[in-house]
Formats: sequence, structure tokens, C-alpha cells
Amino acid sequence: MLLNTITNTLVTLSDPWWKVFYDFSSLTKGIDEGLRSSLSPFWAVTVEMVIIGILFLLFYAVIGLFLVYAERKVCAFIQNRLGPNRIGPYGIFQTVADLIKLLFKELIPIKNADSFLFNLAPYIVIIVNFMVLAAIPFAKGLHAIDFNIGIFYVIAVSSMSVIGVLLAGWSSNSKYSLIGAMRSGAQIVSYELSIGLAIITVVILAGSLQLSEIVEAQRTGWFIFKGHVPAFIAFVIYIISGTAETNRGPFDMAEAESELTAGYHTEYSGIKFAFFYLAEYINMFIVASIASTLFLGGWMPFHVGNWEAFNRVMDIIPPFFWYIGKTFFVIYLIMLFKWTFPRLRIDQLLTLEWKYLLPINLVNVLIMAFLVLMGWHF
Amino acid sequence: MNSIIQYFKEITQGVGSLLRGMQVTNRYFFSPGKIVTQKYPDNRKDLVMFERFKGEVVMPHNEKNEHKCTGCGICEINCPNGTIEVISKTIITEDGKKKRIIDKHIYRLGMCTFCALCVKTCPSNALAFSQEFEHAVFNRALLIKTLNKPGSQLMKGVE
Repeated sequence: MLLNTITNTLVTLSDPWWKVFYDFSSLTKGIDEGLRSSLSPFWAVTVEMVIIGILFLLFYAVIGLFLVYAERKVCAFIQNRLGPNRIGPYGIFQTVADLIKLLFKELIPIKNADSFLFNLAPYIVIIVNFMVLAAIPFAKGLHAIDFNIGIFYVIAVSSMSVIGVLLAGWSSNSKYSLIGAMRSGAQIVSYELSIGLAIITVVILAGSLQLSEIVEAQRTGWFIFKGHVPAFIAFVIYIISGTAETNRGPFDMAEAESELTAGYHTEYSGIKFAFFYLAEYINMFIVASIASTLFLGGWMPFHVGNWEAFNRVMDIIPPFFWYIGKTFFVIYLIMLFKWTFPRLRIDQLLTLEWKYLLPINLVNVLIMAFLVLMGWHF
Repeated sequence: MNSIIQYFKEITQGVGSLLRGMQVTNRYFFSPGKIVTQKYPDNRKDLVMFERFKGEVVMPHNEKNEHKCTGCGICEINCPNGTIEVISKTIITEDGKKKRIIDKHIYRLGMCTFCALCVKTCPSNALAFSQEFEHAVFNRALLIKTLNKPGSQLMKGVE
């Protein structure tokens, strides 16, 4: 059966094998057909789901650990330090060692905590992460689910992570956790608006909510160039409110360590703490990848109008690397925010949202709609 | 009208100052310049500590094995936690005078807080701080040190 699947997949890949890096749809279609020819439809779908689940788990762990390492290195270089340099060359296995340590640590039960919700909270945060990851187009054809309301689904699901944070803060039965969770709630709920409006600006330009179509619409030029100034403003607003959504510095009042020890995950230990920690970094990755999909063209190579030769050279780089490169560029920007700016007070944070970002955003949406109506974008 | 101008002025000023900050950190990221991290166990050979670093109290001796401690006991009186104990003895000099010199200057490193009161108050500058910082030993008795070297004498001209 397995052999059958593999041969079927290879047959459908009649092109040279490296073609697969430019278009994954033949590979995924081959696997799908192979499974369906040898299994009943129910089992075929089940096996596919298991394969995708395992792939996402691996991706999650690798990206999460790498981002923790990258963050430590970036902040170290900004502060004239070296960062982790003991385990492995340049310390690349530092975060793996940290994870192993956290796996072996004791899970301390909290007296008077609501133990069911306390244990549930990290899983809600993780599940939300996975649900969002499913809708992200990583490369051509490398896309778990292509909803026709993709970006709407992403906004709807990603705002659920606040439930995990609030549950963690409430069930810990600790004042630090509760204050942290409340701040986080206020912050995420208010910045959800800006993020939504910034995304609407792009949706107006793309004319679709489907993520694969949004990427396809950027074949002739990324939206950040196509949409002139309004798209750039929307990009800046998206990055700011995305940073606030992920509770990262300078908007990290939810876990402000100088005031609240660790905020909503103060009472967590061991692997449950690691879940929160990883989820935070994956959230950053998700925000960055949505930003790169919407504004920087996702996996679309950099194309300039009629420069045929230039465009062909850009096409040589596989789409997946374009996607990863853009995402890491945005992640670097977000990290730069954290290590440059001081933490905001809660009232300053809400002032920024309600007095500055939201009005600008509303006007921006209007201008973008006018641009699209007049056909002034290219 | 004025408030609207003020609003946009605030935004541009704010964005400008934020961008300037990011410029600085971005420059440091791509060219950090001097890295301050010391890779300690690897660079043990050529690690130079700072002049002001308080490693442990020592009594400098010159090449003729002479020190400057007169055994007055001011360091012992000043030490807040009884780290120093000066054991002195009385000898009779050649011209028949009685004179007090030190027998042992005992320094208990394990009890020292490196407050530098002994070094600062010493009237003849007999004590100093060394930059040695690897103090770990397996036996606590090894932390009790005698600062004057065996057979050492008081430097000429120090009273």
C-alpha cells in the first residue's frame, strides 16, 4: 500500500524532481491520488490529516525553537553582546537544550487554582496557533486549507488566543496573573480593530478574502508598492498592532516582568510554561507571515513590470524561500521594536490605539477604496 | 484647526523619533563593533581584570621580601565582620628598644565582603586588592590565609 502510494507520487512527478520546489501542487496531488487509489476515502482523508498534523507539529517546534534562538541573538548583537554561544556552533542548540530541561522539570500544582482551566489554558493557545497556521500559504500548493474566506478565518481564529490568556490568568488564582491577563485582554481586544481595518485595506485592493487569490493578485507587484501610500500606512499600522496583539515589547504589559513577574504565565512551570513561551513566538511568526502574505506578496517573487530578464532571474529562487525570507524580514522588524522601544503604560497604549491608529486607519480605508474605485493603483 | 495641526505634528514627530531609535539599534545589529562578552573559561589565559576590581586582599611584598605592615591593627578594628586578625609580637631592636612587629596577618577570605575598609584605612598602605577571582576551593580551611610571607620583614623607613 505504502509502496503503491510512493510509486504513484513519483509517476505524477514526471518533471525533474527539483520542479517540486517551484510548485508543490503536483506533489500534494500525487500523494492524494496515491492514497485514494489504495484506501477508502475516509481513511485516505484521515491519513492525510495525520501527515499534515505531524508536519505542522515539526514545523511548530522547529520554528518556535529557532525564533527563541534568533531573538536572543538579535538582542545580543543590538546590545554588543554575543548571546548564546556555548551549546553547538554559535549556540544553535541552546534552545533545544532549554526545551529538554523544561520537559524534565516538575509541573508544580497550584493550591486553590482552578486546575481544569489551569491545565486547559496552554492547550487553547496552542490549538489557536495550529488553526491559524493551517490557513497560511507557505508556497505554491503548500497550503493546508485554502478557504474562500481565508483571511477572515485567520482574524476570527487568532483573536481566540485571548481566551487562553484570560483563562490562564483567571485560573492561576494569583494577582500577577490576573492583572496580566486583564491587561492582555484589553490590549488584544482593542488592537483587534486596527488589525482588522488594516487587513480590510488590503482586501479592498485584492478584491478577495481567499489567501491564495490575494497572493496571486500580487503577481504583477506586491501590494505595498501597488497600493501607493495607503498600503504602506496599512502595513505600518498592521505591524504595530500585530506587535501589540502578540503581547510583545514595547506592548508587553501583559507580562511586564518588572511589574508582574511574568504576567499571565507566572504560575506555570515546566512544559506548560514552554507551551506559552512557544505559542508567543509562533504568534509572532503568524503575524509576520500574514504581513508578508498581504503586503509583501507571500511566496510571490519580486517582479518589476516589464523587466522580463529580471523577473526570470527572480523566479529562480523557489517560492518557499521568498516566503521565509519576507517573513523573517518582518520578524526582524518586530524584534527591533522590542529591543529599541521602552514599554508603554496601559493608558498610553490605549491612547495610541483609539486616538491615533483607529482614526488614521478609517481614513486610510476610505482613501484606498477611492484609489481602487478610480483605478489609480497599478 | 490648531489642534488638528498639533495632532499631525505629534504623529510625524513621534514617528521620526521612533525611526531614529530603530536606526541606532539596526546599525548596532549589523555592525556591533566591540563585543563586550568575555568567553570566560576559553580566554582564561589572556583575561585581564580591571584595576578597580576587588578580588581579594593581599599584602604586596617587594623583591627583598619586605612588606609595609607595622602591625598597628587598624585594619582589624575596622573590619566589620572580623575577617582580619593581626597577631603581633614584641622584639628588642639592636639599640635596646622594644618594638612591635607582626607575627601573622591572618585574613579569612570566606568571611570577607570586599568592603575595602582595611585597604582604605591602612596608614602605611600595606594592603591592596589583587585581581584574582577564582577563589573556589574544596576545603574551607584553605580560605584562611596568612598575608605576610614567611621570613618577611618590615620595609625600611616605614614606621
